[in-house]
This record gives sequence, C-alpha cells and structure tokens, in this order.
Amino acid sequence: MLQLENVHVYYGAIHALKGISFHVEEGEIVTLIGSNGAGKSTALKTISGLLRPREGTMTYVGRDLTAMSAPGIVRLKLSHVPEGRRIFANMTVQENLDLGAYQRRDAQGVKKDAAYVFELFPRLRERRTQVAGTLSGGEQQMLAIGRAIMSQPRLLLLDEPSMGLAPILVQQIFDIIRTIRREGTTILLVEQNARMALSVADRAYVLETGRIVLEGGAEELMSSPEVRKAYLGG
Amino acid sequence: MANLSVEFVLQQLLNGISIGSIYALIALGYTMVYGIIQLINFAHGDVMMIGAYVGWYCTAVLHMPFLPALLTAMLACSLLGVVIERVAYKPLRRSTRLAALITAIGVSFFLEYGMMFLVSPQTRTFPPVFPQTIYHVGPLNIKYGDIVIITVTLALMALLTLVVKYTRIGKAMRAVSFDKDAAALMGIDVNNVISATFAIGSALAAAAGVLIGVYYNTIGPLMGIMPGLKAFVAAVLGGIGIIPGAMLGGLALGLTEVLVSAAGFSTWRDAGAFLILIVVLIVKPTGLLGANTREKV
Ligand SMILES: Nc1ncnc2c1ncn2[C@@H]1O[C@H](COP(=O)(O)OP(=O)(O)OP(=O)(O)O)[C@@H](O)[C@H]1O
Ligand SMILES: [Mg+2]
Repeated sequence: MLQLENVHVYYGAIHALKGISFHVEEGEIVTLIGSNGAGKSTALKTISGLLRPREGTMTYVGRDLTAMSAPGIVRLKLSHVPEGRRIFANMTVQENLDLGAYQRRDAQGVKKDAAYVFELFPRLRERRTQVAGTLSGGEQQMLAIGRAIMSQPRLLLLDEPSMGLAPILVQQIFDIIRTIRREGTTILLVEQNARMALSVADRAYVLETGRIVLEGGAEELMSSPEVRKAYLGG
Repeated sequence: MANLSVEFVLQQLLNGISIGSIYALIALGYTMVYGIIQLINFAHGDVMMIGAYVGWYCTAVLHMPFLPALLTAMLACSLLGVVIERVAYKPLRRSTRLAALITAIGVSFFLEYGMMFLVSPQTRTFPPVFPQTIYHVGPLNIKYGDIVIITVTLALMALLTLVVKYTRIGKAMRAVSFDKDAAALMGIDVNNVISATFAIGSALAAAAGVLIGVYYNTIGPLMGIMPGLKAFVAAVLGGIGIIPGAMLGGLALGLTEVLVSAAGFSTWRDAGAFLILIVVLIVKPTGLLGANTREKV
C-alpha cells in the first residue's frame, strides 16, 4: 500500500533521514520505533507532504507521493495525526471534527462518521460545543484521532499518540487503535513507548539517527536482545 | 470647551461612529492578513484608494448607482489583493518578516505613484451619489451619508462575522491562522485560503474607499495614507489579528478623534489618537481584546 525507497530528507544542512526504505501493506499495523531525534516524526511528515524528500521515492496505492501537496495526499485518503496533537485549540470540538471532514461533500456520510467518532470517544460527544483548548490531554488526543477519522482514511499515520498520557489512557488509546484497524484502516504508528507499540503491531522498524537499523515481526523484535536492551529497559 | 450641551455631544458621537466605522472596515483587512501570515500589509490603505477610484469611475463616468458601484469596487480590489499577495508576498513567505514588510512598503509606493502616473496626481470630485438630505431627529442632524456609512459597514461586518464563524472557508481561515501545518493535514489548501483572506480584506478596504469618496467628495492618489495609518492603529488598538478587535479599535479611534476635536483641540486630533494607542499598549500590550490569544482571525 505504501512504499518508501531510499528516502533522504534534510532540514537545511541537517540530514535527518539518510536513505530509509520501508513498506506498509493493506490491513497491517506497522510501527516505527526509535529514541528522541531518530527521525520518526520527520518520516511521517514526509509521507503526508509537509516535508519534501531530496532523494528517493514514495508510492501510495500506486501513486507517486514525492511531488504531491499535503491536501492532495489527504484526497488519497491518507491522514496524519501529528505529534503533539495540533488540534485547533481556539475552536470547538465539533469545529475540529468539521475541519477533519474539510474535503468531503457528502453531508450524510460526514454525519454518520461524526456519530462513529462519538461512539469511539463518548467523552467528545459530551464536550461537542466546548473549546478544544480546554480539553484534557487525553481528550485532545482523542479529538486528534477523531478528527483524522473524519477524513475516512485508508491509511492512518499516528505520531506518538500515547505521549504524556496516564497508563490507563494509554491502554484506552491502544484499544482504539486496534478497533480502527478492525474497521479496515491500515495504521503506521510511531512510538517511543516501544513495548505498547510492539504489542499492538504486526511488524516493526527500528530507526536510529535517520537510518533503519532493524526490522521484523513485532513479536520477533520484542524478544530480540538489542531491542530489549535499547528500547524495553533490559 | 464651548457649548458642551447634550445635543452637541450626541452629534459628535454620531460623527465619531461614522468615521470610526470606516477605520474599522480598513482595520479588518490589516488584522485578517496579520492573523494569517503575520504581515503588516502597508499597501492596504492604497488598496482602499484604488477602491475609491473604481467607485469614482463607476459613478462619475459610467453613471452607475451607489450599490452596483460599491460592489464593482469591492470585486476589483479583491482581485487586486489576490494579485498583490501572489506576486509580491508569496515568494517571500519563508523569508524574514523585515523583508516582507519592506516589500509591503514598496507595493504601497508602487500603487500610489502608479496611480499618479495613470490618473494624474490631481484630486477628483465624487459626483453627488446621495441626496444631500439632512434629517433632523430631535436635536441631531443626521446626514443621509451617515446613515449609508453606518448601514453599509454594519452589514459588511455582520456578513464577515457570519462567514468566519459558519462557512467552510471561514473555518479554514481560522484553522490556517492558528496552525498552517495542521490545516494542511486537514486537506486545506493553505495558499488558497491566504488568497481568500486577501480578497476579503481588500474588498472591505474598497468599500471603505468608496464610502470615504462619497462622504468627503474628493479622492486622490495619496488619500490612502492617513486612513491606512489610522486603521493600522485601530487594528493594533483592538489587538492585531483579532476581528472583533479591529471593529472595536476602529470605533474607539473614531470617537476619540471626534471628541478631542470637539473639546477644542482639533489640531491635536491625530496626536490624541496616537497618544491613546501608546497608553493602551503600555497598559495592555496585546491590545484591547488581546487578553486571550485564542480567537485569532
Ligand atoms: N524543523 C527542524 N529544523 C531543523 N532540524 C529539525 C527540525 N525538526 C527536526 N529536526 C531534527 O531532525 C532530527 C529528527 O527529528 P524528528 O523530530 O524526526 O525525531 P523523532 O524521532 O520524531 O524524535 P521524538 O521522539 O523526540 O519526537 C533531529 O535531529 C531533529 O533535531
Ligand atoms: Mg517525533
């Protein structure tokens, strides 16, 4: 479904991704793990069109993504929940969801999907008219995911959805990730919480300073000594 | 402090609201553009001037009635605003704010002196578009023009508020102004939204230009400078980037000016306005409505 081939990304002179290649197949949950500054967020931003690769190719459902704009990529039903949620804090919960459906013209379908989001996250239904900036961190993460669902993604990129959340909420978010996949959405998950990520994923890639250093089935990596030592605390 | 009667004060308040609502119309364009790309568009007052000329051409030469002339000027200037943004500002979007600011000043000179070249530096007289009727309501003398100015500005502000709050493009404008990358991830074409912002702001400036033309009767290529500056002050006074702030700032400025003049210090009128600005900014650096930065655009 998604293929990256030898992708290089720079911030000015900083070489953030040094030729990464990976793929995600339809129906999978694939996770990208790695420590701070490894380049995980950079990889997601490049896929969703916020950054341009200087070299390499990216294809998604048979389309070349490398020169496509972010709105064009959303049109291909690829949606990105960015690091730090980036909800529109000055707007209401409902307005945030409306913006998630920005490109859609099927009012009926949008309504149905909003109902689905409220089913997944009942807390958001109670807070529909509340300004999003006043939501708790967990609720904001729910809103960020709900907002992305409103665009009916076939592939969902999630950047550290568990960041800053209490353990019980982390569990809840990961349950939701499983549900979303069951409903037919493919997921590429970036996480620092490697244990949780590997427990939910089918396959995983380990990123270190802009390079993929390990890849394999999630269970296999979970039991690999290198991964245990570097990312699972021994 | 001659004859400070109730009638006199009321009359001055009316004049202040008239001029203030014009400042507010222009200030809206400043504040919307600032809210979305953090640029002080110094050419904005000159867009207003072009609007006045289009309005003059429509009424004096084409003999169009007021409303069609107003709409034509608004349409023409919205196109002009979009072109200015695409040609002059867009290439600089990733450069320093100083570079963009200097470019804006350059665009301002280009419009002023370009118009001098095209239509001569001479001022022109607007034809009497309205009847010169004066209504005597109790002790007040209300000019037909006052009613038109206040009605048109109120209608435009109400329309703008509805557009920003409820429409798809309005939500997109608020989203882009809050976080461009997040907006792009929603599938919003950020460049189109920036263009739309310039179009709307410039159309409002054009309306102000036509209203100034019909109210004061004369227009000239440099007529945009002073109202432009005042509207900028109004936008900052209300809290730059905040739409209701621009409306409030414009009215506050208009009223201050008129009251300073009425108190017998008419030569201090402009100084008084700037003094107020300085005082407000010392007390409240983010402007009158700038307390919470939540409601940008
Ligand atoms: N806007 C930027 N300008 C310059 N350098 C950047 C920028 N964003 C990221 N970098 C650099 O690129 C590298 C990769 O950053 P990235 O944000 O992709 O890491 P990450 O794996 O997501 O880290 P984290 O787990 O902390 O979120 C880092 O060295 C970072 O300093
Ligand atoms: Mg990151």
